[in-house]
Amino acid sequence: MTDKSGTMLYLNGVSVSFDGFKALNHLSIIVHPGEMLAIIGPNGAGKTTMMDIITGKTRPDDGEVYFDGRTDLTKLDEAQIANLGIGRKFQKPTVFESHTIWDNLVLALKRPRSVLAALLYSESAEDKARIEEILDTVRLTARKDELAADLSHGQKQWLEIGMLLAQDPKLLLVDEPVAGMTDAETVETAKLLKQIAKTRSVVVVEHDMSFVRELGTRVTCLAEGSVLAEGSLDQVSANPIVIERYLGR
Amino acid sequence: MLTQMLFRALDKKAMWLVAALVFIAIAIPVANLVIPEGNPLHLPNYMVPLLGKYLNYALLALALDLVWGYCGILSLGHAAFFALGAYAMGMYLMRQIGARGVYANPVLPDFMVFLNYKDLPWFWHGFDLWWFAFLMVLFVPGLLAFAFGWFAFRSRVTGVYLSIITQAMTYALLLAFFRNDLGLGGNNGLTDFKDILGFNVQAATTRAGLFAASALALALAVIICSAIVNSKLGKVMVAVRDAESRTRFLGWRPENVKLFAFVVSAVLAGIAGALYTPQVGIINPGEFDPANSIEAVIWVAVGGRGTLIGPIIGAVLVNAGKSVFTGAFPDFWLYCLGGLFIFVTLFMPKGIVGLFQKLKPRKGKEASSAAEAGEDPSTLPQPKPVPEPAE
Amino acid sequence: MATRFLTLIAFLLAVALAPLPALAQDDFAAQLNGLGPGSFADRTKAMDVLVATGDERVPPVLQALSDGNLYIRESDGKVVIATKAAGGLAVTDPVDGADLGVLPSGELEKIKTNNGLRGKIRTAIGKLTLLSPDQPTRLSAAQSVLKNADPAMLELLDQAISAEADAGIKSTMQMARAVIVLKTDASLEDKRAAVDLVVAQNNRAAQTVLRNTLDTAPDELKPTIQTGIDSIGRTLAVWDVGQNLLYGLSLSSVLLLAAIGLAITFGVMGVINMAHGEMVMLGAYTTYVTQLVIQSVAPGLMEYSLAFAVPAAFLFTALVGVGIERGIIRWLYGRPLETLLATWGLSLVLQQLVRTIFGPTNKLVQPPQWMSGTFELWNLSFTWNRLWIIVFAIAVFIALQIILNRTPLGLQMRAVTQNRRMASAMGIRTPFVDAMTFGLGSGIAGMAGVALSQIDNVSPNLGQGYIIDSFMVVVFGGVGNLWGTLIGALSLGVANKFLEPYAGAVLAKIAILILIILFIQRRPRGLFALKGRAVES
Repeated sequence: MTDKSGTMLYLNGVSVSFDGFKALNHLSIIVHPGEMLAIIGPNGAGKTTMMDIITGKTRPDDGEVYFDGRTDLTKLDEAQIANLGIGRKFQKPTVFESHTIWDNLVLALKRPRSVLAALLYSESAEDKARIEEILDTVRLTARKDELAADLSHGQKQWLEIGMLLAQDPKLLLVDEPVAGMTDAETVETAKLLKQIAKTRSVVVVEHDMSFVRELGTRVTCLAEGSVLAEGSLDQVSANPIVIERYLGR
Repeated sequence: MLTQMLFRALDKKAMWLVAALVFIAIAIPVANLVIPEGNPLHLPNYMVPLLGKYLNYALLALALDLVWGYCGILSLGHAAFFALGAYAMGMYLMRQIGARGVYANPVLPDFMVFLNYKDLPWFWHGFDLWWFAFLMVLFVPGLLAFAFGWFAFRSRVTGVYLSIITQAMTYALLLAFFRNDLGLGGNNGLTDFKDILGFNVQAATTRAGLFAASALALALAVIICSAIVNSKLGKVMVAVRDAESRTRFLGWRPENVKLFAFVVSAVLAGIAGALYTPQVGIINPGEFDPANSIEAVIWVAVGGRGTLIGPIIGAVLVNAGKSVFTGAFPDFWLYCLGGLFIFVTLFMPKGIVGLFQKLKPRKGKEASSAAEAGEDPSTLPQPKPVPEPAE
Repeated sequence: MATRFLTLIAFLLAVALAPLPALAQDDFAAQLNGLGPGSFADRTKAMDVLVATGDERVPPVLQALSDGNLYIRESDGKVVIATKAAGGLAVTDPVDGADLGVLPSGELEKIKTNNGLRGKIRTAIGKLTLLSPDQPTRLSAAQSVLKNADPAMLELLDQAISAEADAGIKSTMQMARAVIVLKTDASLEDKRAAVDLVVAQNNRAAQTVLRNTLDTAPDELKPTIQTGIDSIGRTLAVWDVGQNLLYGLSLSSVLLLAAIGLAITFGVMGVINMAHGEMVMLGAYTTYVTQLVIQSVAPGLMEYSLAFAVPAAFLFTALVGVGIERGIIRWLYGRPLETLLATWGLSLVLQQLVRTIFGPTNKLVQPPQWMSGTFELWNLSFTWNRLWIIVFAIAVFIALQIILNRTPLGLQMRAVTQNRRMASAMGIRTPFVDAMTFGLGSGIAGMAGVALSQIDNVSPNLGQGYIIDSFMVVVFGGVGNLWGTLIGALSLGVANKFLEPYAGAVLAKIAILILIILFIQRRPRGLFALKGRAVES
């Protein structure tokens, strides 16, 4: 894994430890443009830490993290990385609860992020159209003027995905998108993610095996901070080490 | 579209507030100067600077609300910005005394003659010019806020840590201003003012003018704050207040947003202080007391933070209460003030404005009102923000 | 002669009527009155008689005589000491020190002296005091000889030096001798030896002596003296560091005591208690009340009042703390800024409450004997109460560590802090643990109040002076770590005292505040911050 050109996300030999505990141990992962990758693994495997490192929340002790084959992410902070085109959806849905759904999307919309630009901003027809379109995609058009706090858990997840879309990122990191969703919602979410993945790279972290199967994509299994197995879901779940360490018998 | 309607509604509220302030800017001077004594509508002379003082406090409260109510920064150091503005104005007023002081020195203020100063300290130069002094009223608090905020927000000092170091900041300034060798009057501060812009500060007409200036300054601040909080930047501020790290992952820079709000707020507080000095007639280091900052916080809390009218109502009510109580039962006031802190935080988290909003319930569920209280609602049902590993 | 006769009658009467001590007293009075009349020769004789008694009341009388403050009261011929006062002369009885009122100067006759007599008086006083069996008397005599440097005292001084057993007094005497020798026309060798002797003392007093003699000393000795001054200066610089360190330690112990309760409530529980200073204040008032009670019930126990005050203050403030936690703070968990405001309000109420009950003035807390006074160790001086406070602070710190790390309550506290829901699921009564933790923090603040009542004014504002400093210590040291608090208190205390000589107390404090503000911005979570994802909220 030495050639990073033509990759969307390139992690090589990334390690990080907290007070002696090795959360990531020489982790290497590659995501190509327009590709969807599902990451599974037991609790404590380092899935969220990996996302923290990609988005600049945590600095790795060692290793390379490159975006789009040329940008070193370890030198940038959260806001810079977000503005490069990496969007993240958190495990626990975090939306701005005292804002309306519409305003949540306005804040996420890809527009200049400087203080002055925000102060002088007014919604153009184009922006409105884009927000309407996203609302339609995440099925929240009817509730656009309600406060985000009033949404159900699943709807908040969708709103967050909508905010991701508004950011117009090249790479989406999605952490447990279907946690707390009904089966019907889960199926819908899978459809939505597959649709998104047509134009962008997506990394999904998920526990729900049926959901991962629904995505029908390449799977990487993490354990103890490094890659345990890679391949299609069938290949990975047939892997004896994966069975022993994660899936159980 | 609906959002824009919401904008307009808010704008309408702000406009009513501005209209009311302009009205009293005219009405109070008229009641004092034009309506003859004996008429029930006549306002006695002593009331004018007192009411003016309330409006200065209201401006300080509004400034504090901009950072606390909208941006989630609980500053316990706003007394410092207020006092710096007040000192800048005090220095101008001192220079206006000229040779009319006790020692009749045309250049040096009395306290400097008394302390055997030979020359005017460098930072006193220029304060004889009103425009320079008024510029400093804006610039000095703004600069301090910028320097402090630049470091604090960039290194992500948040929450109570920020509150504590803002308190330390004003405490350090308090100690510094008590020193005689700072060249700002030490313990006694600056006083014995004669005139402002050529008018006698003691004259009823000047006082009425200062009152009108206070009301208009407050009105202007309402317009500025309203423009900020209703812009997209205002939404980012609230987003930063509720979920700072989330805004970062959206590409915003909370430190810049906070710095902007902090500096604007400090400048507004400085203006409040500058209007306060000529009306009260003295400025001394006691104004830097951290207790003053915290008292200003309670005005905001009583009125209702995160609203533009709340801090104004809170500041006027609490200070009017203070005037009445300290006159009638001086020992009782601290019980009241202390009790007010406890009562408001426990039972009125949204202040008086919140009570009115409850009285006329609008569309929206209970959850939304919890969210509007300004805290991350996810922490409300569980006691304590226990940090937990996410996996 | 008439007076003498009267005295005799008085004497006889006294013998007849008074028990033995009174006899001795009147004996002394009679001898004293002998100073009054007659010629200088009579006076010298009377003086010798007085000196021979070795009575400790003699030196002041002789001093008064030498200063021209000794008079005869014309009404009865009694010898009295008188000093100028409004409307005449204020008269005191040299026998028992009683105040005899103010008399017009016409009713008193000054007892005359001449130079010969003055010289004799000086020697006599020197003899009485330099050779006195009483140690403090000898020390002050030696110091006065050093100050006056009268060559006439040289012989007596030599005698005293050879008789002196106490090293400190001897060193002062030797210095005095050296100063005198330098004044006389003794040989250069003697003078050099004298200088060497002073240099060998190697302390601040010796340095002062050398400085004072530098101008008048013979030119040959000047380099020696200058070197001596410099070398002592270097030694003193080292001792100054030690002294500053000691002052710093003392301040640190006070900071530690004030902050350590906060380290529990803020550091362990995450509760911002702005009324923490008032808990300290309540502790100090508990000490005051305890002493009042002991004073009225068992005055004999006053010396041990602090032993009662410490547990009383702990229990009282702990109870108040539990009340605060149950009444206010538990409704505000997870809302630190609101907690800050509510507890600030509480602090105003508590201050006003104490002001209403006890009044706004300072209350006097009696220090026990063993905590008063100062002592010197090598060249370091220290007050006993500061030393005891250091000891107390260390004891409290150790006790707290034991409670947190070795008791079931401590285990539960740590469990609840780390994972409330899990602890609750394990059957720990988390509300109870919260209340106990807050009570513990408050109780410790109360104990700090007992200590601070010994060095600070016990007033309703006592706590306010400590709250900002306490927060600085906890924040600087890092939250959730008692060792951090200890290091924080030590660094801030010592740094403050080392800055003070250069910058003055106020500037030093400002500098420390600014340094902390800058430090927090570099390390927002303090010196000993926990690291890792779990810490991020």
